[in-house]
Amino acid sequence: MTGTFKALAAGAALIMLWQAVVSLFEMPPFILPGPLLVAGVIAAQWQLLGWHASVTMVQILTSLVLAGLLGTATAIAMAAWQPVRSLVLPVLLLSQAMPIFALAPILTLWLGYGFWSKVAMAMLIVFFPITSSFFDGLMRTPRGFLDLGGQLKGRPARVMWHIRIPTALPSLASGLRMAAVYAPVGAIIGEWVGASQGLGYLMLFANGRAKIDLMFAALAVLLIVTLALRFMAEVLCRFMLARYPAA
Amino acid sequence: MKAPAISLQGAARIGGERIFGPLGLFIPAGGWTSLLGASGSGKSTLLRLLAGLSEGIDFQGSISCDDGLPLPGRTILMQQSDLLLPWASVIANVTIGAKLRGERPDMARAGELIREVGLAGLEHRRPGELSGGQRQRVALARTLAEDRPVVLLDEPFSALDPHTRRQMQDLTRRLMEARTVVLVTHDLIEAARMGDSVVVMSPEKADRVPLPPAPASEDRTADRASLLMRHVVSGAA
Repeated sequence: MTGTFKALAAGAALIMLWQAVVSLFEMPPFILPGPLLVAGVIAAQWQLLGWHASVTMVQILTSLVLAGLLGTATAIAMAAWQPVRSLVLPVLLLSQAMPIFALAPILTLWLGYGFWSKVAMAMLIVFFPITSSFFDGLMRTPRGFLDLGGQLKGRPARVMWHIRIPTALPSLASGLRMAAVYAPVGAIIGEWVGASQGLGYLMLFANGRAKIDLMFAALAVLLIVTLALRFMAEVLCRFMLARYPAA
Repeated sequence: MKAPAISLQGAARIGGERIFGPLGLFIPAGGWTSLLGASGSGKSTLLRLLAGLSEGIDFQGSISCDDGLPLPGRTILMQQSDLLLPWASVIANVTIGAKLRGERPDMARAGELIREVGLAGLEHRRPGELSGGQRQRVALARTLAEDRPVVLLDEPFSALDPHTRRQMQDLTRRLMEARTVVLVTHDLIEAARMGDSVVVMSPEKADRVPLPPAPASEDRTADRASLLMRHVVSGAA
């Protein structure tokens, strides 16, 4: 509760600073509109903003669910089988050496201007943090638990399910928290490359028509969307870790 | 379930460094052997070898049983750390072995074991809601659920307060009747109190200390402990 309060206080302080900069340096609204102006645009255009936000939100949620399923499955396969590990690990690291943003035009070429090119872009960005943090957790099962599994003559698959996966859930949780924050980046980049709806599209549209206040309003809504996602991830992780507490 | 006697001959190294031996150790069938030694005497390494947890240990020698059958698979190790799964209830922790092997857990027997270790009514608590002594009782029930003829105890009571430790010692002694039990400890009184025979271990040798029979009374424990003390001190001199 005090955490929420502190976050709200920090947000309020930032907004005040924003207003102070606008007033102090007499910023023209086409360079930096003040918070009051932006709030006014959000109030007046909430239907437009809400529609584009919902498009982006659905893309992000889809990518998180798919990357979550794919990432956890990959991490488990890598932890369970040495051949999979030596095959997939280099590919995973290589994929991080490449600036994923550079793939956005290619994804649009392959998947079109619609929903799936954005989902694929966001998935590419969040797949790595989910997979690598869960994999790390699966490989760091406490020695004593593994010895116990051996003493009890456990089958590897069942030791994985009953011991290694539950002990790795805190690592998966930190991967999911990161993913919730990064996923919007992917969706927005996908929309910048080519889209007819979504907050990224709306920002480019507003920019092109010099509606800087609308652009800032879209940015503010994007911030709210990201915070909402982070909050949802937090609730999910807390629920998971309450059921499976760390040793 | 016939408990075997075990003999070990050989030497162990870890990363090229000598841990113990060459030495010989005989563990009689169906009784308690206390393995007493200072830190670094190699007693825990020896116990891990008996438990089949030999990863990283370079052992030159042999381990054999008097019934001619191999030892691996007939032992179960219980450690100082209770290794309870924090998300699983008491009864789920006691039956974890069956689940890991893909067998149907025997819930009736698990419930009986939980009663025997004095935790009736706490079957559905999680480890986080139990005291250190209660957690070690769950670990004891889990060990007994495996029903192996050889039980290896690696200082399982050393983290408990003296009162709880004595209760656990008596309980374990009672419930492990007729099994071959090896108790590794650096507590002289525990070694004297629990062992039908007591072996003092150092990297060079494993000496069986001649002692009066296992204690029927706490006076006898005190006699045995003082004899042990004399042996340890003269051995060190």
